[in-house]
Amino acid sequence: MSEHQPSIRPYILVFLALMVLTAATVLVAKFDLGAANDIVALVIAVTKATLVVLFFMHVKYSTRLTKLTVIGSVLWLAFLIGVTMMDYASRRMSDEVRGAPYEAPGRGSAGQLGDVGGPTDPVSSPAAADGE
Amino acid sequence: MFNPAPSSGNVSVAGQVHHPALQHHFDTLEQQKESSSLGMWMFLVTEVLFFGGLFATYVLYRLRFPGVFAEASHHLNVPMGALNTAVLICSSLTMALAIYAAQVNKKKAIVPWLVATILLGATFLVVKAFEYKEKFTHHLVPGPNFDLTQFSPDHARPAEMFFSLYFVMTGVHALHMIIGIGLLSWLVVQSRKGRFDSTYYNPLEMSGLYWHFVDIVWIFLFPLLYLLGYHAR
Repeated sequence: MSEHQPSIRPYILVFLALMVLTAATVLVAKFDLGAANDIVALVIAVTKATLVVLFFMHVKYSTRLTKLTVIGSVLWLAFLIGVTMMDYASRRMSDEVRGAPYEAPGRGSAGQLGDVGGPTDPVSSPAAADGE
Repeated sequence: MFNPAPSSGNVSVAGQVHHPALQHHFDTLEQQKESSSLGMWMFLVTEVLFFGGLFATYVLYRLRFPGVFAEASHHLNVPMGALNTAVLICSSLTMALAIYAAQVNKKKAIVPWLVATILLGATFLVVKAFEYKEKFTHHLVPGPNFDLTQFSPDHARPAEMFFSLYFVMTGVHALHMIIGIGLLSWLVVQSRKGRFDSTYYNPLEMSGLYWHFVDIVWIFLFPLLYLLGYHAR
């Protein structure tokens, strides 16, 4: 790892790229791209994070064990968010398998927070319909 | 990990001169640095998962109330959020340059870059404080004084949820910034004592990893909180 000669140049280039990407993320948000707004914002954020990790955090010049640790953190984050969403997305499904009728556990009035049963339940439809 | 002072003497059994920062259970400074790096990254993995829980909550409620999040996001101050993003990126650069100064043995440059990083971090917190004050004035802080009438009737309660997430996520992030500024202040003291040079700068490197991590969290928070439905403002 220590054969790497430190140089200021990559830091300045990464800094400029981060600034440009920050401007880009604000500019793109001004246009209505539908769901693509989120995708573009996340792609830009992931690009910025990757630049910071590789150059500012020196992972590009680190040991393979450190690189593996970094990749592991991303993997576990994906598990955390992905598996949580699988649970919520499939709750209504498990109710149907049990044969019990699906009842929103909310407190009745529209827009209550008690129920996070899924995007298609009737309470959330007005919110979901008006889009992004 | 952060203690550069060895308890034993500076001469090893073999009679070779021992680097004062090399702790006795490591063979070489390089091995010590790799150990520190790995330990710090392991800690950062737990931090990723800590913030990951908050991001998972965000994703869940965002999917449940997409329109509400866009409406509530309109009450956040985009210029201030963008300014703070730029301030944090600058602070990451100055942090990297403090470490660079140590790597190329320009010991006198370490403290100025660290101080610049502290000042930029403090700037971020001051801007954040103004934003929080604005939310208090506009009754957008979740709780008994949250003004539900600012939102369309169906959106009001979930909008309060958006602001709960906003305050928890940015608040925990700000707490990390405060801890980071504490670490950097300690580094300033150590650097002034001449503890760091090109052969040993582990505490600078490890605190840098922490500082950049906090920057990365903000890189995600800014678009996910501030820029929802920005085109419709």
